[in-house]
Amino acid sequence: MAKELWKGNEAIAEAAIKAGCRYFFGYPITPQNEIPEYMSLRLPQEGGVFLQAESEVAAINMVYGGAGSGARVMTSSSSPGISLKAEGISYIAGAELPCVIVNIVRGGPGLGGIQPAQSDYYQATKGGGHGDYRLIVIAPSSVQEAVDLTQEAFDMADQYRIPVMIMGDGMIGQMMEPVEFKPVAKRVLPEKTWATTGTGGKRKPNVINSLFIDPQECENHNIKLFKKYDEITANETRVENYNVEGAEIVFVAYGTTARIVKNAINTLAKEGIKAGMIRPITLWPFPTAAVEAAADQASVKAFLTVEMSMGQMIDDVKIAANGKKPVHFYGRTGGMIPTPAAIVEHAKKVLGGAK
Amino acid sequence: MAVVFDKTKGLTDKPFHYCPGCTHGIIHRLVAEVLEELDLVDNAIGVAPVGCAVFCYDYFNCDMHEAAHGRAPAVASGVKRVHPDKTVFTYQGDGDLASIGAAEIIHSAMRGEKFTTIFVNNAIYGMTGGQMAPTTLVGQKATTAPLGRDENHAGMPLRVSEMLATIPKAVFVERVSVHDVKHINQAKKAIKKAFQTQMEGKGFSIVEVLSTCPTNWGKTPVESLKWLQENMMPYFPLGNFRTPEEEK
Amino acid sequence: MAGRVIFDENKCKGCELCTTVCPVKIVVMDKERINVKGYHPATVKEMDKCTACSSCAKICPDVVIKVERL
Repeated sequence: MAKELWKGNEAIAEAAIKAGCRYFFGYPITPQNEIPEYMSLRLPQEGGVFLQAESEVAAINMVYGGAGSGARVMTSSSSPGISLKAEGISYIAGAELPCVIVNIVRGGPGLGGIQPAQSDYYQATKGGGHGDYRLIVIAPSSVQEAVDLTQEAFDMADQYRIPVMIMGDGMIGQMMEPVEFKPVAKRVLPEKTWATTGTGGKRKPNVINSLFIDPQECENHNIKLFKKYDEITANETRVENYNVEGAEIVFVAYGTTARIVKNAINTLAKEGIKAGMIRPITLWPFPTAAVEAAADQASVKAFLTVEMSMGQMIDDVKIAANGKKPVHFYGRTGGMIPTPAAIVEHAKKVLGGAK
Repeated sequence: MAVVFDKTKGLTDKPFHYCPGCTHGIIHRLVAEVLEELDLVDNAIGVAPVGCAVFCYDYFNCDMHEAAHGRAPAVASGVKRVHPDKTVFTYQGDGDLASIGAAEIIHSAMRGEKFTTIFVNNAIYGMTGGQMAPTTLVGQKATTAPLGRDENHAGMPLRVSEMLATIPKAVFVERVSVHDVKHINQAKKAIKKAFQTQMEGKGFSIVEVLSTCPTNWGKTPVESLKWLQENMMPYFPLGNFRTPEEEK
Repeated sequence: MAGRVIFDENKCKGCELCTTVCPVKIVVMDKERINVKGYHPATVKEMDKCTACSSCAKICPDVVIKVERL
């Protein structure tokens, strides 16, 4: 198929449909509105259902119901809406249901703003809702990658019975880029024998539940969840290493910020400064091993994490670097986007100090 | 010899955890009997609330979801949209439905979601220990209204059936009680009609059932039935508020 | 018309609701015994008067009662 020019939000929606998603429950919020708008037209054409809920709270609970019923289900929102969905996400994670949640992040806290931001890293990777749980969090840095990973996200969700979050920002959602819809590599997916479909008199009732009133059972359930999370960490961690070999300074950046950092790296190269980048594609599981390896690399003098936040992912970078190399930070927030020039300047400052 | 009354196949063998004399058990049985009589047990998917009835997923002998507090109608909407040919119901108390889940029930009714809600109104939060509900009567004592509900402070109790009956797509709305055998029989008829309304694809259906809470009311089970009749029924009048047009 | 009620006695919680609805007033609480839950269970002392009306079963919140018509 030839490449076509697609707007990020609409491309994500179409990718979901291509992945077999037939049910979408959502609520309007900027800057992700093109996703529900697109779904409202396209899903009925595919025999699916788009439903605009009365709130994000209701939307995520419709997802809970639809996912428990065995369907491929998606919702999308942006930061304040994801806060409202946090309750339902915790239940979905607790009840081990597969679904895909798109978060086109905007500035915060509170109503914040509608411009691109990455200030929901903690919320996405460290919980957001209550209890010990994890989501697979995927951070595409281009519309093409958003399309590829959205399609794969449904398979990941079904394979591990876990909610998967596609975490973009206003830039990914709003910009247009050439896209090719390609089939994803086939996975062996388990049958959804646990889904509520009516017993048909042929089996015992299925119960979709996250309540374990006996504390020992509740602990056992948590231990079971974390075994699964270990398996996901081993199998699904994704990272792009860019010019890390021989680098003096290693940037860590994800999503659209990583594209800006690439420009900065190329500028630094022209000035004879060897810089590389670790780009986490999965924010959870975080590519700890890639950071560890760079920390052990003799050429590396320092890390510099660049985020559109006041510094959130830097915590995971520091944990992985484990004191072996200093970890610096440069960030803009509230919808402000870092420029390559500012990143170059900051990198030079770090290296000056690191020498 | 003929068996004239036996436990319905719509219920599992698990004994109810409810307090002695709590009428939740009667309402469970009625719902389960209706499912069996309409041959819907194998076809049904229920949604349990948060509150005393949280464990009803262990009692109904069909596929079940356990929802977050108040969210059962949203969960049921998701289930029914995926399985339009199945029988979907929510079972919710008054804290769950009339307080934290007020938005979900109103909008499910507004959309005319084709599921059935069994709304158990006992004028109190049972599970959490007798706190004031939106349905607690004026003057009725609760652990968060120790001197009784004051209408100037907490307003007047919410009449859910009357409110939902104003919504065009809420096509079957009836309030019943289970304080004596005659009313239990009437309650079962209403529940049956509600499920039939759903299966005929007519729209949203709800049966509000006045119920007791002997433990948190501080009364014996027998006294509680009398209290329901004398105090709840005057403020929450029984009757049908909506029936699909062609059946009138 | 003669009937018989059978109690799944260990499920009885002693709430007494069944005793209030029997038209021939034969359902009583057995004050001489307690069941596994520790309640005085409901019982029928004069079964020959039972009409198999099922009122006791219909008001029982714990599905304790089975009714047969003889």
